[in-house]
Amino acid sequence: MEPLERYRPIIDDFEAFLAACERPLGNAVRVNTIKTSVERATTALEEDGVAYDQADWNPRVLRLETNSPGSTWTSFHGFTHGQEEVSAVPPVVLDPRPGDRVWDCCAAPGGKATQLAALMDDRGTVVANDSNLGRISALRFNAERLGATSLAVTNDDARNYSLQRFPFDEFDRALVDAPCSCEGTIRKNPDALDNWSPDHINSVAGIQKGILRRALQATCEGGTVVYSTCTFAPEENEAVVQHALETEDCRVVDFDLGLEYAPGLAEWDGETFDAALERAARIYPHHNDTGGFFVAKLEVTA
Amino acid sequence: MEDDTTDERADDAERELEQNVGQRFGRLPETAAERTVEGRASREEVLEFFADRFAIPPATFDDDTFWEKGAGKIWLYSGEASTPVEIEAIGMTCLRTRQEHWKPTTDFVQRFGHHASECVIDLDREQARRFAAGEDQELAWDGDWGYLIAAHTVAGEREPLGVGLYVHGELRSMVPKGRQRDL
Repeated sequence: MEPLERYRPIIDDFEAFLAACERPLGNAVRVNTIKTSVERATTALEEDGVAYDQADWNPRVLRLETNSPGSTWTSFHGFTHGQEEVSAVPPVVLDPRPGDRVWDCCAAPGGKATQLAALMDDRGTVVANDSNLGRISALRFNAERLGATSLAVTNDDARNYSLQRFPFDEFDRALVDAPCSCEGTIRKNPDALDNWSPDHINSVAGIQKGILRRALQATCEGGTVVYSTCTFAPEENEAVVQHALETEDCRVVDFDLGLEYAPGLAEWDGETFDAALERAARIYPHHNDTGGFFVAKLEVTA
Repeated sequence: MEDDTTDERADDAERELEQNVGQRFGRLPETAAERTVEGRASREEVLEFFADRFAIPPATFDDDTFWEKGAGKIWLYSGEASTPVEIEAIGMTCLRTRQEHWKPTTDFVQRFGHHASECVIDLDREQARRFAAGEDQELAWDGDWGYLIAAHTVAGEREPLGVGLYVHGELRSMVPKGRQRDL
């Protein structure tokens, strides 16, 4: 927990934050509405005697009271997909519509990409890309298990991504759920902080900036880009969005989210951020008893 | 079914056709007459297969396209793409062709099997559990032998589990290892 000490000045009720980080996370699943309705999925869980608790902010997110969420009929049928509660936030903020062309830049293992397809009623095009070939098989497996027919899988570096293979030259929306230092997954992966170092944060921040810039370039004017990470580090969050504001035509916009969160930071470590970054969301583990997350919503302005 | 003379003419034409390229996706031609790749199934044949075998209405797939990658593996996709395309995946694998008995995939059957009304075998919960675990089981079935859609009842409705091969009084689960579950 030592690396998290540097956040003491910016997190309200820091002791509650640390205590939450020490607690293991429960099992959450997302109902896959490509294959069934929330009502039918919950009825199926009741038939199997699996107790659940529906998230207030999103009726498709269920917290299961079982140690083996993968060994249920709902999982076998692809009615549910194991997905951490906060991990279901970015696709909801991106808010894609049926028929949209959507790019998920860092998509493996596919929980959010298939959620995007579900939010679009599996109509339109979701390009699910990942640079890591080893993770592509998990992405493909999940896409097929969940029956996402509108999803195309590519294996490229998002930073210099080409749309040449598609019959369109820009996306309506893009999700940059960036590779990060993963501090916010500490409740799921107790060793998440083992390799923590300022150098690692700086190097991953460079990659994040490159991916976010390319996503903004590849999205049409008036289109939406959501930037998210599962880390607390401002270098990987506000500073990355700040860099995008300075280099690309875009602005940070408001969004509604029925979860408790703190606003984005105005400054960190001597660096001052655009006032609009307060529109971003910092979701801490003690807020909603979830993992940690950062989400910012951007609009492409030219 | 084509008659013998058409078959011969088709064979001549096949010599002029391109070979299937394993590493890229090619969209299926609408009909066999529009075929430009040797041995490739047509969209019409795929729709006929689903309709003839399982009574799945062809209109089910009005918004979808079919693609081949590898020899005979057919993918179903509802998004936009140009043909041919070199890409990791588009949509989902739905059918294995270029063999005597075409075989639908488990994932396809779970996604579209509720449109089927023929060659669907209904299992009770214990039979469904064995099927999901990948076990073969002896079962009575007075319909056609071959590939069937196995289903059971979930939340009051029939729900497809996957593909089974029915022969000699036995239903063999075709659920791939990675999709099998002990429930």
